[in-house]
Amino acid sequence: MRPAELLCPTPSGLYCPPGDFYIDPVRPVARALITHGHADHARSGHDAVMATPETLRIMATRYGEDFTRRRQEAMLGEWSEINGVTVSFHPAGHVLGSAQIAVEKDGFRIVVSGDYKRREDPTCEPFQPVPCDVFVTEATFALPVFRHPDDRAEIAKLIRSTEQFPERTHLVGAYALGKAQRVIALLREQGYDRTIFIHGALQRLCDLYKAEGIDLGDLQPATLERGGKADFAGTIVVGPPSAFADRWARRFADPVSCFASGWMQIRQRARQRGVELPLIISDHCDWDELTATIEEIGPGEVWVTHGREEALVRWCELQNIRARPLHLVGYEEEPE
Amino acid sequence: MKAFASLLDRLTLTPQRNGKIRLMVDYVASVPDPERGYGIAAITRDLSIASVKPAMLRALMAERMDEVLLGYSYDYVGDLAETISLVWPERGDGEHQPTLTEVVETLQRATRLDGPRLVEGWLDHLDASGRYALLKLVTGELRIGVTARLAKQALAQFGGKDVTEIEEIWHGLAPPYTELFAWLEGRTDKPVSAARGPFRPVMLSQALDEEADLPKIQPADYAAEWKWDGIRVQATSDQGVRRLYSRTGDDISGAFPDILELLDYEGSIDGELLVAREDQGSIAIAPFGDLQQRLNRKVISPKLIKSHPAFIRAYDLLQDGEEDLRALPFADRRKRLEAFVARLASPRIDISPLVPFDDPDHLAALRANPPTDARIHEVAEGLMLKRWDSAYVPGRPKGPWFKWKRDPFVVDAVLMYAQRGHGRRSSFYSDYTFGVWTGPEAAPELVPVGKAYFGFTDEELRELDRYIRNNTVDRFGPVRSVRAEPDHGLVLEIAFEGLNRSVRHRSGIAMRFPRVSRLRWDKPPSEADRLENLERMLPRDASPKKVRKASA
Repeated sequence: MRPAELLCPTPSGLYCPPGDFYIDPVRPVARALITHGHADHARSGHDAVMATPETLRIMATRYGEDFTRRRQEAMLGEWSEINGVTVSFHPAGHVLGSAQIAVEKDGFRIVVSGDYKRREDPTCEPFQPVPCDVFVTEATFALPVFRHPDDRAEIAKLIRSTEQFPERTHLVGAYALGKAQRVIALLREQGYDRTIFIHGALQRLCDLYKAEGIDLGDLQPATLERGGKADFAGTIVVGPPSAFADRWARRFADPVSCFASGWMQIRQRARQRGVELPLIISDHCDWDELTATIEEIGPGEVWVTHGREEALVRWCELQNIRARPLHLVGYEEEPE
Repeated sequence: MKAFASLLDRLTLTPQRNGKIRLMVDYVASVPDPERGYGIAAITRDLSIASVKPAMLRALMAERMDEVLLGYSYDYVGDLAETISLVWPERGDGEHQPTLTEVVETLQRATRLDGPRLVEGWLDHLDASGRYALLKLVTGELRIGVTARLAKQALAQFGGKDVTEIEEIWHGLAPPYTELFAWLEGRTDKPVSAARGPFRPVMLSQALDEEADLPKIQPADYAAEWKWDGIRVQATSDQGVRRLYSRTGDDISGAFPDILELLDYEGSIDGELLVAREDQGSIAIAPFGDLQQRLNRKVISPKLIKSHPAFIRAYDLLQDGEEDLRALPFADRRKRLEAFVARLASPRIDISPLVPFDDPDHLAALRANPPTDARIHEVAEGLMLKRWDSAYVPGRPKGPWFKWKRDPFVVDAVLMYAQRGHGRRSSFYSDYTFGVWTGPEAAPELVPVGKAYFGFTDEELRELDRYIRNNTVDRFGPVRSVRAEPDHGLVLEIAFEGLNRSVRHRSGIAMRFPRVSRLRWDKPPSEADRLENLERMLPRDASPKKVRKASA
C-alpha cells in the first residue's frame, strides 16, 4: 500500500479514503478524529467526533454540548475499526486529553502525533512512542535555535521576581487551555501556595482540570469587585496574552508583563510583545526532542506539518530518513 | 560574565528609561572592580578590543552544524549572534565560565587572528545567555537600547552626582574606570581630567509648538537662525589637542582630518558640519547625501577629502582661550563668536547668519518660503530660535531654544515589496518598498522610489503585516512581493525631507528620510502619484552622483 492511499492531505485536513474520516479537520466534515482540544485542531460542527473523553469534555466546555451530533469516546491504547481501517489513540503529552492517532490497514501503520511534547507535565499523560511506518510530526519549534530550558527554573524566575518586586502585579500570559493550568500546577509544585488570580476566560477550563483531579490550589477571579489596585500588588495573575493589551489589564498595579511560551526563547519575540519577564515554557517539543523522537520511533518515513517544516525535513535528509512536508493550512504556529 | 549577560538580557527587555537606569545602578553596586567598569565600557562603546568578523563566526558554526539548518535558523531569528548563542553545542560543565574582565583583557592583548580561536574556547564554557553577551561584545554590535548618556546617568545616580560632571571628565578616563568608581563611592576626590580638548555636554532645542510657543517668539526676546542640514559638532582645540565631537560626545576626528587642520585656535566652537561643492567658488552647501559619504568611515582617502570638502558653520562659542563662556547670555556669546570667527578668517569656518524678523507671522513666512539666494531653501531644515538671554546649558531645557522644522514633502505611493524586519520586528513585515506610477497613462507601471520602515504605530504595523501576508504574490527569501495593481493594492502616504538624483535607483531619484505618514486604506492605487510629480520636486541643479567604481 502506498502511504497516500491510507492518509492524504486535503484542504479540509488529513483524510483517510478507505476509512472515510478526517483527522483534525479545519472545516466541518462527516466524521472527524480529534487529537486534542486546541481550537485549531478541534473545531465545532462535525457530524461525528471521535476523541478521548477528556478532549470531548473540553470541546463541550468550549463550544457547548451541541458541538457535534455524534460523539464517540476513544480510550487510550484501545483499537477500534472504522470502515475496515483500524484506529487507536495514544497519549501525546501535549495538554489534558491529547492523543496521537494511529491509523492502520493491511499491516501498514501511520501515526499522526498531533501536537506533542516529551517533558514531564503534571497536567497530562506522558507521550508514548508508537512504532509505525509513517510518523506525522508537528514542527512548531523545529529549528535548532529552540532548546527549551528546564521549566522549573523558569517558574523559579517568576517566583523570585514576585519577591524582588512585591509592589508589582505579575501578569502571566498563558494560553487558556493547557499552558495556563500547567503554569499554575508548576507554581504549586514549587510550593507557591498563595491565591492565584485568573482572567474570566480561564475559569471554565480551570474548573474542568480540577474536576479531572488536577490540583491547582486556590484560584480566584481577578475582578475589580475584589478591591482596588493595591489588592493585586505582589500577586500572580494568569490570563490569555491577548487580554494584556486590553483595558482589563489597567486594574493592576504597575504590572510586570510575563509570557509563558516557547517563543520566548527568541529575545526579539519577547521584545515585540513588550514582555519584561519571558518564561520559556512550551507544550511542544524543542528541536532536540523532535529529532530524538524521530530517532527513537525509527519510522520508514516522516511527514512534517505545521511549523518550520523545511528544517525538520532537511534534518531527516541528513539522517537518510525519507521525509516530506505536508503543507497543511489552518493550524496556527502556537495558539495564544 | 553571568552578571553582565543577565544585565544585557534585562536591559533589552526593559522599556522604561528609569528601569534601565535602575538595572545599571544595581549592576555597578553589586559587581566589583574591574568587572563593572568593563561592563559599563561595553555599554558606552568605549571598549577597544580585537573584533571578530561575523563571517568568522559563521565559519566556526559551519564546522559544527549543517549550513542549511544554520541558514534557516538565522533567517528566523534575524540576528547572527543570537542564532549562534542558541544553536552552539554546549560542551563545558558550566564551572569555568570566563569573567568579562578575562575576556576583555585577553582580547586587548590578542591579535585579530587569535580572536576566533579565543571566542571558540569561551563559547564552549558559557551558557546561551553568556554566549549571546560574548558574541555581541566581540562583534561590536551591542545594541541594547541604551545610549552612552543613559549609562552615564546611571553612574551619576549611583554616585549621587550630576551627569554633566561625568560627561566632562569622561574623555580623560579609560576602562575599567577604577578611579571614577572610587570617586562615585566617595573614597577619593573627583578625578582630574588630564585629557586636553574635553567634550562639553551639548545644549539641544525643543520642537516648537506652534500654538503654545509661537506667540512668544518676539524679536526682542529671541534670535532666529537657519537650522542647517548637516550634523551638529563641537570643534575643540586645546593646547595642541584638536578634537571633533558629535553631539553625543563621540570623537569623530578620525574621519575629518581636513577639519582638524582648520582648528587653528584655542577654544571650542559649537556648529554644523557640512560638505561643500568645490566647483562653486565660495562655500556652497552640498545636499546631505554628500555629507553621508564622509560619515562613519575609519579612514578617509585624500580624493574624497578633495571631492567632498567639509566645513563648519558656527552657531556658538563655548570656550574662548582660557575663558568658559557657557554661563554668558546668548547675545554676548554671539558677539564673541562673531569676533572669533572673523579673527580666524578661515574659508572653511563661517558663521551661521542670524535671520532678522519683525514678528511671529513674518518668521512663519520665512520658514514657509526661505530665500532662494545662497540656496537656503534647499539646505536649511527650518529655523532655530534662541532666547537672547539663554545661557548654554547641557541637555534639552524647555523654553530657551526651539527648533521649527519645515513641513515635509508628501507623496502617495503604492506598496510593492515588504521585508521582514530585524531586531524587535523580526517576525513582522516591517520594511516597505513603495513605488509611483510611470509609463503611459493607459498602461502605467510602478517604479520603486524608496523604502520606509517607520512612521506607523504598532497597531498599524500589525495591520500592515496582516495585509502583506494576505496579499503576497511572490516570495524571495525574506522579501514578499505584494499585489500592486491600479485597482488592487495599498497606498501609503510617504513623508520625506527632500529628493536627490540617483543613478543607483531605477527611478533616478533617492528620497531623504522617508517614512510612512499615513495608511491610505481608502485610496485606490491608480490615484497614487506619478514619477513626474516627484521629478518636479528635485533641487534645480542636482546632478546625478557618480557611482563609485570598485577599486581593483
